[in-house]
Amino acid sequence: MTDFITPSTQLKSRKSAEQRFRWYGRGAIFVSLAFLVVMVGSILYKGSGAFTTTDVAIVVDLGPDAVDPANPQDARFEKIVKDALKARFPEATKRADRRKLYGLVSNDAGFELERFVLANPDAIGTQARVWFRASDDFDILLKGTVDRDVDESERRLSDQEIGWIDRLVADGDVKRGFNWSFFTNGDSREPELAGILSALVGSALTLLVCFCFSFPVGILAAIYLEEFAPKNRFSDIIEVNINNLAAVPSIVFGLLGLSMLLNTFGMPRSSPLVGGLVLSLMTLPTIIIAARASLRAVPPSIREAALGMGASPVQATFHHVAPLALPGILTGTIVGMAQALGETAPLLMIGMVAFIVDVPQSILEPATALPVQIFLWADAPERAFLEKTSAAIIVLLLSLITMNLLAIVLRRRFEKRF
Amino acid sequence: MFTKTLCVSAIALASAAAAPAFARDQIKIVGSSTVFPFSTTVAERFGKSTEFKTPVVESTGSGGGLKLFCAGVGDETPDITNASRRIKESEVQMCADNGVTDIVEAKIGYDGIVLANSKESAQMSISLGDLFMALAKDVPGAAGETTPNPYTMWNEINPDLPAVKIEVLGPPPTSGTRDAFVELAMEGGCKTVDWVKDLKKSDKNAYKSLCHTIREDGAYVEAGENDNLIVQKLQANPNAFGIFGYSFLEQNADAVQGSMIDGIAPEFELIAEGDYPVSRSLYFYVKKAHVGEVAGIEQFLAEFTSEDAWGEEGYLADKGLIPMTEAEREQGAKAINGLMNLSM
Repeated sequence: MTDFITPSTQLKSRKSAEQRFRWYGRGAIFVSLAFLVVMVGSILYKGSGAFTTTDVAIVVDLGPDAVDPANPQDARFEKIVKDALKARFPEATKRADRRKLYGLVSNDAGFELERFVLANPDAIGTQARVWFRASDDFDILLKGTVDRDVDESERRLSDQEIGWIDRLVADGDVKRGFNWSFFTNGDSREPELAGILSALVGSALTLLVCFCFSFPVGILAAIYLEEFAPKNRFSDIIEVNINNLAAVPSIVFGLLGLSMLLNTFGMPRSSPLVGGLVLSLMTLPTIIIAARASLRAVPPSIREAALGMGASPVQATFHHVAPLALPGILTGTIVGMAQALGETAPLLMIGMVAFIVDVPQSILEPATALPVQIFLWADAPERAFLEKTSAAIIVLLLSLITMNLLAIVLRRRFEKRF
Repeated sequence: MFTKTLCVSAIALASAAAAPAFARDQIKIVGSSTVFPFSTTVAERFGKSTEFKTPVVESTGSGGGLKLFCAGVGDETPDITNASRRIKESEVQMCADNGVTDIVEAKIGYDGIVLANSKESAQMSISLGDLFMALAKDVPGAAGETTPNPYTMWNEINPDLPAVKIEVLGPPPTSGTRDAFVELAMEGGCKTVDWVKDLKKSDKNAYKSLCHTIREDGAYVEAGENDNLIVQKLQANPNAFGIFGYSFLEQNADAVQGSMIDGIAPEFELIAEGDYPVSRSLYFYVKKAHVGEVAGIEQFLAEFTSEDAWGEEGYLADKGLIPMTEAEREQGAKAINGLMNLSM
């Protein structure tokens, strides 16, 4: 007879198996968390520098010889800056030394001074102390990214140049501030001026096009397939194809965009319109699959009750089933859009991997996107672009987190449990 | 609904911006990723200092750029293409077939290709011939004979070279840097063998396949187009060597050093004077039919050929471009601004 009171050895081993499994699970989560922390940590560490800038103050002579009070915009601002630098460090007399000296400030300094003078007409005719953006080499030196103890021949900056910046620091003529221009400038070849705005706007426009196309098409396809389509061989083939489409490498969609949208239809190259359409090909299957799954999750009793009350099938679907499925559909859409946001490969083929300074004003103007900007900066030779690359990754990650949070909030808000 | 307004306004924006053909007011540039940093620098300056829009510069590679450039005349085709090598006869023909007949060639300067390793190891000095022996798929033996590359260590080729494993990180075949390296360094070294030199006259195909094929047994590692990545890998592995453009050596001079080739170090002056053997010319090509149609091309050419830009102390030199001699620049500026046609 079996003894039900004293625990058997089998039970003991079952219990320990369960315990073991729990530890395996914790281990797995720990490992993935560790990877995440290392990855995000290194990006944050490398990218944090990009959010601060270095500015140096130089006293410039805006006297009547330099700036004509009647038309200040005609002054030779670049020369004024160079003269001011020469006055600040008179020991640089040789041509080569002067060139180094001019490199202390960003080569945008002339334009900076022009903006300053036009914004402060009172300064004309005086000796004004103006802040200029320091060039990237000095910026990363002060941030400690480059080692100043290595031999002079191996550094980008000579002892003399380091001496200049140290003197400016000692005199209180150097300040560090938050890098607002990173968010208000477009791309630039000068790391100290490069900003993310044009890529951010480009990404937003591309996603807008992608959403406007793939959301209605995806939902209509899903509703028809789930609620109305007859179940036969033909609809099976369509279903298999949609699932396959979700697994097609994205570069293929880029090639399709190149041959169809650009070459056949003659749409403008590098534009968010083409980018958005190509990406929507990629997100469509994701949206359709998610939408069908959430339509299927609506209990049949709802549908039947509506039909029983005399609603037509279209009314039953649009008045009762679709609203209940909406949170799931929205989540699927946002996840699909987030995927599209991080995609570079198809954009390569349609010319969005480009140097674009001007912020795009419409979906027909050339634009670039966030992941493309990361790709381009990672390829740039200047050392200071390293931190810009990481900073752009941070911006991309933040956008992704925002979108995913939005998906969670929408689901929480509208979800109904049965 | 919010979504609806968003989409409707997007469409309205699109139709408002729709424009008739050839009303493009922005220069379009495509082409080589090596010329990209220089082209973009000029484009940015040009956009800031003139009333024209900043040109759009795409990085498509030299071959890809020329293909787009030669696709025809019109709004959709680029106005300028950058190239890290000279245009080929076949490409001129392709252009002509599509109606692109008048092309202006602009040589802008030089770029050196360096073989570099980490500063933790000693600097290497190697001849072109030895470099070829280290990287070729088949190496020439006695007259007319070739054997699959037997070398695994540098000092097996030449006892003066270090006793470390041959491991070279370089660009993949799609890269213009690789094309130039093969043409200048590999072929240059290959030619130092007497019978191979004669082979060029008798059997050009055999000569090419011998001299232009890089080994595939793992000693040469294709490290992708990103030169920064190669520099980082060299820092991690002091025994490895890397092949990349001079501007990356200049930016990372604290971490990597260039090897001497045929006794000449990859230094700015030595490349500019043409002493360093592995250096190439950089070009861009302008579609003459677009000059006057797309606003600003002439002014862009003037900016590019100004002494402030491509001169010895111009801002392109700061970006790593090695300038041409003064006489070459003077002549070039005249030809480019006068829109002289390309002559092969």
